[in-house]
Amino acid sequence: MLELTIQELAKGLRDKEFTSVELTQAYLDRIDKLDSKINSYITVSKEQALANAAAADEKIAAGDTGLWTGIPFAHKDIFCTEGTLTTCGSKMLHNFEPPYNATVAQNFIDAGAVCLGKTNMDEFAMGSTNESSYYGKVINPWSGDKHLVPGGSSGGSAAAVAARLAPVATGTDTGGSIRQPAAFCGLTGLKPTYGRVSRYGMIAFASSLDQGGPMAKTAEDCAAMLQVMAGHDAKDSTSIDKEVPDYLAALSGDLSGLKIGLPKEYFNEHLNPEIAKVLDEAIEVLKGKGVEFKEVSLPNSQLGVPAYYVIAPAEASANLSRFDGVRYGYRCEEPNDLMDMYLRSRSEGFGDEVKRRIMVGTYALSAGYYDAYYNKAMQVRRLIKNDFENAFKDVDFILGPTTPSPAFGFGEKGDDPVQMYLEDVYTITANLAGIPAMSLPAGTVDGLPCGIQLLGNYFDEARMLNVGYAFQQETEWHKQRPENSLTELSA
Amino acid sequence: MSISPDDIQKIARLSRLQIEDDKVEKLSGDINNILGLVDQLQQADTSNVAPMAHPLDAVQTLRADQVTETNQRDKYQRVAPATEDGLFLVPKVIE
Repeated sequence: MLELTIQELAKGLRDKEFTSVELTQAYLDRIDKLDSKINSYITVSKEQALANAAAADEKIAAGDTGLWTGIPFAHKDIFCTEGTLTTCGSKMLHNFEPPYNATVAQNFIDAGAVCLGKTNMDEFAMGSTNESSYYGKVINPWSGDKHLVPGGSSGGSAAAVAARLAPVATGTDTGGSIRQPAAFCGLTGLKPTYGRVSRYGMIAFASSLDQGGPMAKTAEDCAAMLQVMAGHDAKDSTSIDKEVPDYLAALSGDLSGLKIGLPKEYFNEHLNPEIAKVLDEAIEVLKGKGVEFKEVSLPNSQLGVPAYYVIAPAEASANLSRFDGVRYGYRCEEPNDLMDMYLRSRSEGFGDEVKRRIMVGTYALSAGYYDAYYNKAMQVRRLIKNDFENAFKDVDFILGPTTPSPAFGFGEKGDDPVQMYLEDVYTITANLAGIPAMSLPAGTVDGLPCGIQLLGNYFDEARMLNVGYAFQQETEWHKQRPENSLTELSA
Repeated sequence: MSISPDDIQKIARLSRLQIEDDKVEKLSGDINNILGLVDQLQQADTSNVAPMAHPLDAVQTLRADQVTETNQRDKYQRVAPATEDGLFLVPKVIE
């Protein structure tokens, strides 16, 4: 049951092989037994999940044929869920039970899906390792004797799906936060086009970069999830009013005539040779499906990380100004006056990485520095977008690595934030340009999963998912799962 | 550009954050490293390049000027740290 796809689970429910209550209980039991080892959930909604599963079983008995009715899943703890604790990985929101649902959360409710709980994450989605969560770090289920990072910021979602503590989970991606943990945990993860998935009720980090998306074992399950998540939302003014295609129907497996570009800026002496090997093998598989490859150039790609570390902190400093201890969230004890309340509530409520980014952003936006930093970064952002637009005149997709290395150990990168920021070098440009990008498991390096990344043109998610689907028809990497004391397998 | 420990305290104040004295030095080092990374942007020739605010250059959408929200004050205030008679309570602002 743990290895079934969403479509297979739906069929199992319809054919009465198992009920939604049984399915939900099986996952809750695994969470109970195993999650203390990996810390992937912040909140497990046991009673609510079982009640929703029972309701779904009644609907199915009455003839409901919705794909998602009765299917369990998990939400990253960044999506507001009415009445259920939503922390964003921060002490600041340690007691926040939202009075409303994020549009993405509402969409899954409307589809009849069963939310198992809320997954752990880097505080306010700022991080690539899950070490910055107030609720403790997440352990990568692929770890051996040494504990490895699951990636971040959607590390809880990635670890939960990899350890089979949820069939699929939602994530969000501001600079790689879906794709990097997907790569580190052996999953398929898609960051959609900016504006494809509503940001309403998705706690804001950097509003011009943030995008919610699916994290799953397969491209097929990502397609099933994106179907629920995507769509125009009048409550999000940056949401795009464009028809949502039938993503599952687009999975034909036919790639004939497709052209994929290989950026010369990625395939050079800096590329990890083990990952280069994984990419070479993936290219051969795709060639076998009729894909033609050619070199392309993204000349400004090395400016992605610097531009991101102006734009993301600048937007974060503005977005996180809302946490003032007045209307919701953490308030310090016995404030002397209003300023004391702001200063102490924020200083006690936020962790170090969040404070660092707020300060960088405040500095970049302060009088006299705006043009040198923010405006310049926004100009560079257009150069990066232009690079992609030029490349997509010649090719349908671009292929490259997702990460510079597989999952690493906690603390291994030292305590210089810049070293950590450079981990996102391959993922960040998709957010800056707003294009969709997907990480697919495509091999192993030192026994650990390794992801490759497809970058696509705006709103080309359906064809992108089909490339992933076709690749997964020919390969078995997506079927790999961690087999160790952290996950104690049993079907 | 390089920022000093004094600058750190000034930026912290603007950010409504307090930084403990023993953390200022490490933090100014970290932030200077980040600004060093960011300074790579200056290599780029951006003359005649318009800043990009939205990936699809979409403009702000407008809606009809109609009341769509109902008053849910009590519900929204349930998550507030302190309220009284429908008001948010904060420390005294005006003597």
